[in-house]
Amino acid sequence: MDLASKSADQSLKARASRVATIAAVYADDVDRQGRFPLEAIEAMKAEKLLGIQIPADCGGEGRSTSEIAEICTIVAQACAASAMIFAMHQIKVSSLVSHGTEADWHRGFMRRICDEQLLLGSATTEGGIGGNLRNSICAIEVDGDRCRLEKDATVISYGKHADAILITSRAHKDAPPTDQVMTVFLKDQYTLDQTHVWDTLGMRGTCSDGFLFKGEAPSVQILPKPFAEIAAQSMLASSHLLWSALWYGIAVDAFTKAQTFIRAAARKAPGIQPPGLVQLAEMSSELQVIRSNIQSGLASYEQALKDPDRLSSMGFAVAMNNVKIASSEMILPVINQALRICGIMGYKNGTPFSLGRHLRDAHSAELMISNDRILGNTSTMLLVHKQETGLLG
Amino acid sequence: MNDTIRTLLSKLGGLPVAVDTLADEADLYAAGLSSFASVQLMLGLEEAFDMEFPDHLLNRKSFASIAAIETTVNIILEDRKVA
Repeated sequence: MDLASKSADQSLKARASRVATIAAVYADDVDRQGRFPLEAIEAMKAEKLLGIQIPADCGGEGRSTSEIAEICTIVAQACAASAMIFAMHQIKVSSLVSHGTEADWHRGFMRRICDEQLLLGSATTEGGIGGNLRNSICAIEVDGDRCRLEKDATVISYGKHADAILITSRAHKDAPPTDQVMTVFLKDQYTLDQTHVWDTLGMRGTCSDGFLFKGEAPSVQILPKPFAEIAAQSMLASSHLLWSALWYGIAVDAFTKAQTFIRAAARKAPGIQPPGLVQLAEMSSELQVIRSNIQSGLASYEQALKDPDRLSSMGFAVAMNNVKIASSEMILPVINQALRICGIMGYKNGTPFSLGRHLRDAHSAELMISNDRILGNTSTMLLVHKQETGLLG
Repeated sequence: MNDTIRTLLSKLGGLPVAVDTLADEADLYAAGLSSFASVQLMLGLEEAFDMEFPDHLLNRKSFASIAAIETTVNIILEDRKVA
């Protein structure tokens, strides 16, 4: 048996595909029950995928955002909720990688993430802030080498199932709402009292219930950079890119179902062009645009990582916002077209062509950091930022 | 120039504290400068100094403090003289 496991393909793609195979088995049940995709997350841990972004000197594999995005796309074709949990975990890891490598505690924590495959959750929203994660009401209280925080977190991603939570707050009790810090709290350093239930249209398996969070920890666990920088330099890009990659995965799977459906029809009636064939070509073109958009976003992120000024520039923020807007809006027509092609077989649950889950999951895309809010931010920046007018830059 | 920047900051910065309590080097983001207010401030500076910010200077660092804004505006005004 050992021999068999050693000979298994250890490429990132193969590891992700093995996770997807398991995620696919449970995806419908996860969606129906709105339960945590335990099997898929266990598979990610078994494949050691949770620490891959962490640099080698902290015990990880130093994998790029593009490679992580590829995993999101592969897993999302099986279970979008599992892919979303993976993506959100990696967004938190990106904050540690970008802003915690110079702090001893955070370096040790990264090593633990790799060794123990810890799952990181996130608590950035709060009752009363209107969904703007760049504002906090709660403030962290630092008392010598201890810190304490209480937050009415309306949504904590997979809160009960996380091994640690990265949580935002004002930097101190007199700080303005925008002067925020992010702190790591380990599972045994906080309590969660559930206040909201995550009963949603789609992405049901992410189980992002609301909680009253109460935590106390050594104050070295506060990330040593202002959250404004963390948000601008790692969260903005990694969330828009990784989410887009997984939304693309949902749309690709819908396309694959439609294509399989049409091919079966064509085989049954040779010589007759099946209805919907032309729509398939349209979808293929749309998918190519979405894919190119994400690829170009990933390339420009990886380029910007070498240049901190570019990373915190408006031009870069506008570009990342645009990737998110376009991918989140373009996937819905693709899934709709797939539904038209598969007809009642797509509309019914429990067939090989069922598309209900795809459609519901994909509708979260425009709402996760609302497109209206993003367009509002972009439009503000366009008062001073100039649009790229060349093709090659 | 420092005075003009401070006047614009107090008019457009939306800060919860009085601008004259801030040192030139004080972190404006920590003082509560939002990204919306920073854009309004840029527009005000463009109007006051009759210039435009080039894209490569539109980043957080350029607006991190009163001193940083002064440096940024000076770079642009110098570049204009050369051109």
